[in-house]
Amino acid sequence: MTAFKSLSRAMAKGYYRDKATLFFAFVFPLMFLVIFGLLFRDGGDEMIKLGVVGDGPVVVALENTGAVEIVRPGLDEGLKQVREGDLPGLVEVDGDSVELHYAASDQARAGLVQGLVSGVTQHVNVQATGQPPAFAYSAAQVEDSSLKPIQYLTPGILSWGIAITAVFGASLSLVSWRRKQVLRRLRLAPVTVGTVLSARIVVTIAVAALQALLFVAVALLPVFGLRLSGTWWLAIPVFLSGILAFFAIGMLVGAFCKTEEAASGAANIVVLPMAFLSGTFFPVDVAPGWVQAVSLAFPLRHMNDGMLAFLVRGQGAEALLLPCGVLLAFTVVVSAIAAKVFTWEDS
Amino acid sequence: MTDTTAAIEVEDIRKSYGDLRAVDGVSFSVAEGEFFGILGPNGAGKTTTLEIIEGLREPDSGHVRLLGENPFPRNPGLLPRIGVQLQASAFFEKLTAREQLETFAALYGVDGERAREMLDLVGLAEKADTREEKLSGGQRQRLSIACALVHDPDILFLDEPTAALDPQARRNLWDVLRAIQERGKTIVYTTHYLDEAEILCDRVAIMDHGRVLALDPPASLIRGLDAPTRVSLERGTLGIDDARVLAGADDAHEDEQSLTITTRTPAPLLSALAERGTLDGLQVRTATLEDVFLSLTGREYRA
Repeated sequence: MTAFKSLSRAMAKGYYRDKATLFFAFVFPLMFLVIFGLLFRDGGDEMIKLGVVGDGPVVVALENTGAVEIVRPGLDEGLKQVREGDLPGLVEVDGDSVELHYAASDQARAGLVQGLVSGVTQHVNVQATGQPPAFAYSAAQVEDSSLKPIQYLTPGILSWGIAITAVFGASLSLVSWRRKQVLRRLRLAPVTVGTVLSARIVVTIAVAALQALLFVAVALLPVFGLRLSGTWWLAIPVFLSGILAFFAIGMLVGAFCKTEEAASGAANIVVLPMAFLSGTFFPVDVAPGWVQAVSLAFPLRHMNDGMLAFLVRGQGAEALLLPCGVLLAFTVVVSAIAAKVFTWEDS
Repeated sequence: MTDTTAAIEVEDIRKSYGDLRAVDGVSFSVAEGEFFGILGPNGAGKTTTLEIIEGLREPDSGHVRLLGENPFPRNPGLLPRIGVQLQASAFFEKLTAREQLETFAALYGVDGERAREMLDLVGLAEKADTREEKLSGGQRQRLSIACALVHDPDILFLDEPTAALDPQARRNLWDVLRAIQERGKTIVYTTHYLDEAEILCDRVAIMDHGRVLALDPPASLIRGLDAPTRVSLERGTLGIDDARVLAGADDAHEDEQSLTITTRTPAPLLSALAERGTLDGLQVRTATLEDVFLSLTGREYRA
């Protein structure tokens, strides 16, 4: 077996045999995904219910809008529900007359229901005349910046989980190997630094790939309802650049710290604020301006943006440039500093 | 010993850390197949000397030839020919004894068969599937030596392999070290146990304050002391005045347990004691390397 393969195998075994690391790489981020995913599940996209009594072209047109969920409680029961605020409106169709009963208590929903029913009715009216409408109206959906929570939670928590894996993995390995003289032993063996580093990076990528599969698979479950965009595979370069950037940060932390405790603390100081300020748990564009500005200095923000762009927003390959460029630039600069600070031995 | 057969040649090496002269002009050479000990108390400069020979540190001045080559800076051609045993915890995380050895073997392009052979050599065959962190201190130390040997190096460096081991584990390790020497390996090892070095080493260098104070086979060093032999008996078997006038006795003194007679000619003294039938609790103690250290430094040896 080659040194590279054997080192990778040794590191992979050391990784999956460590319960604590597995917990922080897989279970811990998944807990956040599940909790936030469930908490915010119904946010933003609840369809408005509309009671209907009777039939006719207006009712068919209402059904075809796809914007409302039609229920048929019957006239008396429907009116009662409207009065009690359980239904925002009841459309009573009787031949040519269309009457909308609504509750004024919830102004926003009342307005919505009124606008919808009147719009649909007018549209049917114009069609009934057989004349072309005087004004052409058409609606085009634009890219939706307000996403369903699971749509931003999944890329956010995935990026965060990968950051944890790469930063903690790299820094703790480095510190513990230095302290336990494994580095010295490697230095006394005929292997190159490149072999050792690439074996460690390959193991990190493998772990991150498993994290990605797990988190996306869970988010795709019907309870959470993640919808991947057609260009999700363009997230792979972002994913790889992100791993490299965070691995480099981990090496820098490991180069500075003398003990595992210090490294673990330092890694937390690096990763946690970044997670909160970079849109892991909430979309960064709802944050105050200064947070958005600060977050641009964090690699996690760019990884989040990149993952979001391809996993859920379905952007094209041209959107790779910025996140990958920033992440790779981070990798180069941070690695250079880490290489400067690095020592084989304590003292 | 000629230059061509020397495995290691060290010539006047020096290394300072600030004001501390860790190694202060050390010279010696080690022949192929020799078991060479570097002795001295903690802080004597043993480890730094070893690290300079291994190529881990650059000496401030002086020269080292390791198998005829310069070990510093990192000399990849030399690395497969030397085995360095590091502290007992220098292992990969969470791997079993066998996996540790296989991993280190692969670094040198050596197959797994050799790894199993090494487990046998150090007596860990039945612990092959035990995780490193579950091994005892002595077992871990032996695994660490097996890892240093897995690529069949010509020279083996051991830094305090028996430190912090219980007496039984130390003796087990001695057997391992002797078995390694029988395979024709050159062994260089540091220890602060002088008794152990006396038993194991072909030659020893006694170091203190970064300097080599003496360099010879242990027996020569002890003989060179010309120290008296001490014969002790159980107290009460013989009066102290009778003891002083025995054949060959130089002096005698008593403590609560025993009567001790010093002599430079133990043969007539022992036969005189045998004649009198007073051999109860007899102990004969010759000088040790500790006495050598005492006479070299003028102070008691303290590890």
